[in-house]
Amino acid sequence: MTKIHIPTPLRQYAGKQPAVEVKATTVGEALAGLVARHPDLRRHLYTDDGKLRAFVNVYVNDEDVRYLQKDATAVGDGDTISIVPSIAGGR
Amino acid sequence: MATTTEVKPEPGTLSNEEILRYSRHLIMPEVGMEGQQKLKAARVLCIGAGGLGSPLALYLAAAGVGTLGIVDFDVVDYTNLQRQIIHSTADVGRKKLDSAAEKLAAINPFLNIRKFETRLSSENALEIFREFDIIADGTDNFPTRYLVNDACVLTGKPNVYGSIFRFEGQASVFATEAGPCYRCLYPEPPPPGLVPSCAEGGVLGILPGLVGVIQATEVIKLILGKGEPLIGRLLLIDALGMKFRELKLRKNPECPACGTHRTITKLIDYNEFCGIRGEEKPVDAGVPEIQVEELKRRLDAGDDLFVLDVREPHEYQICNLGGHLIPLGDLPKRIHELDSSREIVAHCRSGVRSAKAVTFLQQAGFKKVHNLAGGILAWADRVDTKMPKY
Ligand SMILES: [Zn+2]
Repeated sequence: MTKIHIPTPLRQYAGKQPAVEVKATTVGEALAGLVARHPDLRRHLYTDDGKLRAFVNVYVNDEDVRYLQKDATAVGDGDTISIVPSIAGGR
Repeated sequence: MATTTEVKPEPGTLSNEEILRYSRHLIMPEVGMEGQQKLKAARVLCIGAGGLGSPLALYLAAAGVGTLGIVDFDVVDYTNLQRQIIHSTADVGRKKLDSAAEKLAAINPFLNIRKFETRLSSENALEIFREFDIIADGTDNFPTRYLVNDACVLTGKPNVYGSIFRFEGQASVFATEAGPCYRCLYPEPPPPGLVPSCAEGGVLGILPGLVGVIQATEVIKLILGKGEPLIGRLLLIDALGMKFRELKLRKNPECPACGTHRTITKLIDYNEFCGIRGEEKPVDAGVPEIQVEELKRRLDAGDDLFVLDVREPHEYQICNLGGHLIPLGDLPKRIHELDSSREIVAHCRSGVRSAKAVTFLQQAGFKKVHNLAGGILAWADRVDTKMPKY
């Protein structure tokens, strides 16, 4: 199983859970599994034409998938996927 | 000490009083006299004297940073005091800049404080940044985040970054020569309305303390040239799980701000870039509204009105109008609890969420729905002044 870290701002769309475990062989599959389980997440992660939003980054362990094989990046047991959206608070 | 041929800005000599004050620094090899003089010669600009800016400025002042600039145009209010520790209860109503400057001068009279009472903008950022060596970003909105980043890249100043949401924080050092910038990480901001702000989402009061102190630590390390700065690394702070994680950041060769073919050669209109036009208007400005006085009058008259509260249960506990509680996020699956033949008044805290609820209900075929303008805050201001505000 691959663990997907859900960031605070998106937890309300994922049953308030901090992490979700999915069975997948690639990042794309893992995220598709996540969105299938929590459909409300879709519009927060993807644009209308199905592209990952530019203010949401996806990491496998500590590497940005943009610099790996993006959606095709392989994942396996024990890997952790992190969804890291931009946050702006400071006051 | 050996004489060096360094051409750094002339390191201020320390008086005996300063030597005593900084003795715990002077006796550590990582700082020493040389490091303390570097701190004294350093000029750091804090953007914002709020949640992150408070601990940042307090610790930098105490540590002996010579010149501290602060940009802020805000006034202290009661809701700030839960986390903005540079301000005290007696400061409510004062300019944050004056309140902060007073505390900093009291901590360290050797500090040179420069106050910029202005909203940082594309017109003034470059001019202000030029007078400083390091910029620490403690703002609370996306347009200013991108403005600070671009101005740092354009002027070649490191951007010591921190941001917070509820109990989660991020920190990094952007825009150094070798490292990535904020745009390398996030090329574009989220569309307005998709990500809640701290005012809407709340923030754990100690969190800006935790993140602001990390920023202060990075500033000091950059000045001293010691340790491993957070360049090319994004630190994720989860205060609830008390977990710190670290992600690798890369300089994006295609970055419009710092990449090989840069398209951002001057500051742009950041409100437009972030999709905000003019004054921020609620997204659903066109929905039918009812004023609080009107609602009060009609409830007193015994009209058949169904009051729908779309806030969260923990908000309902703070204060309520006795309405039927269905949090906005649950509305789609609990819509059957509502009777479309009755007149419905939806409300939330300030009127933004309930406007969304009204739009949703209209799309679902409800004809008689109104949004309570200004929400329960307006009710507390104009109808029941004993009601607590939050
Ligand atoms: Zn960049």
